[in-house]
Amino acid sequence: MSDMIFNVEHVTLRFGGVISLNDVSLHQDRGEILAVIGPNGAGKTSLFNSLTGVYQPQEGTITFVGKNGKPLSIIGRKAYRMANAGVARTFQASRMFSAMTTFENVKIGAESHRGIGVVGAMLRGPATRRDEKHSDARTIELLKFVGLTEKANAISASLSYGDRRRLEIARGLATDPQVLLLDEPAAGTNPSEKQALVKLIRRVRDEMGVTILLIEHDMKLVMALAERIYVLNFGSVIAEGSPDEVRANPVVVEAYLGTSTEEAESK
Amino acid sequence: MRVWLTKAIVRRLLITQSIVAVIELMTGPAGSNSQPVYGFSHSFGESSSFFGLFRTQRWVTFFFVGLICWGVASFWISQGSRVRKSVHDALAFPRAATQKRPVRWGAMAVLLGFAIILPHVETAPFWQAAMVEQIAVYVLLAIGLNVVVGFAGLLDLGYVAFYAIGAYTTAWVTGALPTPALFHHALNPFFAIPVAIAIVMIAGIILGAPTLRLRGDYLAIVTLGFGEIITIFANNLYGITGGSLGSNQIPHPSIHLGPIKYIWGLAPVPYYYLALGFVVLFIIIFSLLERSRVGRAWTAIREDEVAAESVGINPLKYKVMAFAIGAASAGFAGVLTASQLIFIFPASFTLQFSINILVLVILGGMGSIAGVVFGAILIQTVTEFLFHSPPSGYQPQDLYIYLGALLVAMMIFRPSGLIPSKRRQREIRLSEAEHEGHLDEVLTGDDT
Repeated sequence: MSDMIFNVEHVTLRFGGVISLNDVSLHQDRGEILAVIGPNGAGKTSLFNSLTGVYQPQEGTITFVGKNGKPLSIIGRKAYRMANAGVARTFQASRMFSAMTTFENVKIGAESHRGIGVVGAMLRGPATRRDEKHSDARTIELLKFVGLTEKANAISASLSYGDRRRLEIARGLATDPQVLLLDEPAAGTNPSEKQALVKLIRRVRDEMGVTILLIEHDMKLVMALAERIYVLNFGSVIAEGSPDEVRANPVVVEAYLGTSTEEAESK
Repeated sequence: MRVWLTKAIVRRLLITQSIVAVIELMTGPAGSNSQPVYGFSHSFGESSSFFGLFRTQRWVTFFFVGLICWGVASFWISQGSRVRKSVHDALAFPRAATQKRPVRWGAMAVLLGFAIILPHVETAPFWQAAMVEQIAVYVLLAIGLNVVVGFAGLLDLGYVAFYAIGAYTTAWVTGALPTPALFHHALNPFFAIPVAIAIVMIAGIILGAPTLRLRGDYLAIVTLGFGEIITIFANNLYGITGGSLGSNQIPHPSIHLGPIKYIWGLAPVPYYYLALGFVVLFIIIFSLLERSRVGRAWTAIREDEVAAESVGINPLKYKVMAFAIGAASAGFAGVLTASQLIFIFPASFTLQFSINILVLVILGGMGSIAGVVFGAILIQTVTEFLFHSPPSGYQPQDLYIYLGALLVAMMIFRPSGLIPSKRRQREIRLSEAEHEGHLDEVLTGDDT
């Protein structure tokens, strides 16, 4: 418990009268691949957006432990500040800078979390140039890591869904994150892309040492990847455990099939 | 019925003839209160020369013009893509050449050289004055607005406010306003340049910080209001700004540096060189910025703000920065105008002015510095030419009709401007393709 990266305690998020997250508590250890699953509308993306500073829950606390080991309260922090603190993310429907090349997309990730330096940018001093070289090198490295080197100069809108995921992951990694949040990474990918994605995500954790938190519909991917799973339904955590435990949990089966196991058996 | 006489071609004939009829009416003699029908009947019935060949009534000439337009349009619609392709292929070599660095630098040097000798080539006083007051000032404003609209993608309809603030700051620093001078004694307008630039940048931050949280249309409305507020302030704060009469005692700039003494007087040419120097300076700064991390952050925000935020870009900070940096050149333009004309008054800083600048930016090519400079020079030169030696049938108030028509035509045929920014062009094509569902065509297109 000591090496926790996320600690969510009693978080409640409401939109007017609609409760999106109801007293959710969960935690993630550093280096863990954690998955959050649940049927549509269970609050998975709300949880994600709360973790990245997009939504501000009304109750509860969310703590993120960054590089320096200092706990950081997330609620009230803007999305860009979370990104700078070391929380990178991908989006459910890939969001890229579509008129830019793959290379530029990743480069923006690599350079944006550093200081602005307008004057430096205007004058193009040696520090700026060194920075730029560093960003270029990092970008090349990351494109190689995710396997997009050949498509570095392609306009990102021309990439396949699978490649877009890779691009998003590379862009997220470019910000030097502690944790990478993946919002339904398998959506829209074909089976072979899916397999490659599983491998890539595992490599991100193993080789880059980045903790992974993913939301996913695709059970096959979750079961292949996750070390621990939380199940959300109607905004509450209904189960937690290893993939095998979760699969065997009758509450989870009910939530997914919409019937109780007894009823299902009687049919 | 013949095959070629299909419905579309007949419809096109009717459309071209009605457009021509509208132009005929517009360029015809104006009516009056006592003879309201005069303008109408004489627009068609007046005798005119048929392309210099013989004299006939106007409608005959215009009918033939309409026929020619119809022919060209029909040809273009049936064969246009083929023509465009062959032109594109023919231009492949020169286009490749312009991508090369030495060629680009050489071209820029030639253009700069041309700009330097221009006042010695064109010595007509009208044009020398126009080069400063109508062209250089508009180029400065257009490249500044381009930072806001083109780079950061923020629609600013109150840009004239920064120009006005620059001009009034000049009057303030030089002690030409009813209010005491900024540094208690009147200074040379030269000192107004840094002060004005600093003040407009602060004004950009003050306006930007609260309003740039808004997006799209809402931002446009707020900036519109800001422009109006500044004009109304200038008009009504009589004790501070001199009210609607403004100020008319702004001194000309001068240099007294030891043995060097130079006074910018009434002649426009020295102002032209002053303006040219600053145009070059701003172009260099803005293009360096565009290619820097800041420029890329602006592009990222423009293309997808949520994604930009997810990689750690603070959108508000960069937007405010675009506002402040874009305002800087308007501030200098204000100093230039005020110190050259020696008088300023609120009526010259209207909404119309903001819109004019925006039109230059849109026609030239949003986000492309070369485009907006070219657009501003072209439009302003043509405008001044029409003002200086109007062709028969042209009245000064018609200008906006033609500009409007030009804008409509550009939006249909070349929405990314005369010299488009590559990336902007791609963005526009991508968004069009998304609606029409031919994404592949764009992505395998010529410019990628």
